[in-house]
Amino acid sequence: MINKIVHSTSEAFVDIFDGATIMISGFGEAGSPIELIHSLIDTGAKNLTVVSNNTGSGNVGLAALIENRQVRKMICSFPRTANSTVFPELYRNNEIELELVPQGTLAERIRAGGAGIPAFFTPSSVNTPLADGKEEREFDGKLYVMEHAIKADFALVKCQSADRYGNLIYNKTARNFGPIMCTAANVTIVQAKNIVEAGSIDPETVITPGIFVNRVVQVASPADESKLVAEGRSYPW
Amino acid sequence: MVTEKQIGWNRGEMAQKVANDIPDGSYVNLGIGIPELVADRVPEGIEVVYHTENGLLGMGTVPAAGSEDPELINAGKKCVTAIPGASYFHHADSFTMIRGGHLDISVLGALQISEKGDLANWSTGKPGAIPAVGGAMDLVAGVKNVWVITEHNTKDGKFKLVKECSFPLTGKGVVNTIYTNLAIIDVKKTGMFVREMAPGVSFEFLQEKTEIMLKQI
Repeated sequence: MINKIVHSTSEAFVDIFDGATIMISGFGEAGSPIELIHSLIDTGAKNLTVVSNNTGSGNVGLAALIENRQVRKMICSFPRTANSTVFPELYRNNEIELELVPQGTLAERIRAGGAGIPAFFTPSSVNTPLADGKEEREFDGKLYVMEHAIKADFALVKCQSADRYGNLIYNKTARNFGPIMCTAANVTIVQAKNIVEAGSIDPETVITPGIFVNRVVQVASPADESKLVAEGRSYPW
Repeated sequence: MVTEKQIGWNRGEMAQKVANDIPDGSYVNLGIGIPELVADRVPEGIEVVYHTENGLLGMGTVPAAGSEDPELINAGKKCVTAIPGASYFHHADSFTMIRGGHLDISVLGALQISEKGDLANWSTGKPGAIPAVGGAMDLVAGVKNVWVITEHNTKDGKFKLVKECSFPLTGKGVVNTIYTNLAIIDVKKTGMFVREMAPGVSFEFLQEKTEIMLKQI
């Protein structure tokens, strides 16, 4: 019998290791799997490469993982946002590496990683500093730059509902990077607000088919990141 | 006394000029900042569908106080609403819409725009600055019409419409139209053509504020 449900966020990280590449879903706090990130902090895994659109805010979630010096390198499109102080400070002090990627290129590199496509050509970033050193090629008179797929050892994803097969549905714009990250990691760990009976998600509405998911843990009442930030909380509590 | 600052359109009026030019039935992506003001100003009877690259087509107005949903946000991470007929999607689909040429108009802010329509809007290239690009490079590479809405000059009076951008580019030869507080300017292969000037702005005054040689239609 297939049952991908695990009983705690810590159980979900049994095989985490130093130096792993980890994709973390979310656009700002929407879709950010904050409880999974906190459990990752608890594992003490370090030297991580993290692929995520932003770098977290305040001193919780992704920002806390970075603040705890567990991240060697960030691959992201927008490393500074309101209340984002941890990453900028480390970056200015040369204590963390940054690979800046246009948002659509980031999405496509992840999609390609999950789809078995090693590289592709995109018009985004041509004639800009972000294309420096990359192979360019002309198709039908227009220049394109070659970008490589990204694959990860782990993906941490937040969703709304999951069943034991790992079929997922998301909530509104919290979907963002979740579905593509699920496809691009060796081990995809999902935190779901609801665990539902197999068969209760209409197959027509499944967004992530269970084949892309390895572990599901229920987090019925996920923390509201902006509230934690407003309260000045920092993790570890 | 009328100071130079008061000459020209204010931000709302600039946004209104953009809104007036959006054809009925357009799919439009609005950037962060002044472009966000466009949505509320589309004339009655014109239906425009707004795309926000974090994964929503059919973005509505700002939610009523107390009904904000932190999982329903725009690209600026502000809470929004979804109109009836809206759809949600993941990032690869969102940028398929952008890069694949499916959107009609992208309205963006700018640091500099060159005579050839080069756009710089993501980095001043200063050491110590945290570079952040977001979806701007994908938008200018893929959207059919790229409209820029910006103050005509910097706060300290420097040119923004320049011969060559000194800041790192977002895209080369990508801007179609520029909406500033002083004028609406179309960027064509043969030069920058002034389509409309704000009340009280003369062509000579506008030229003085612009590094590039402007052309009158």
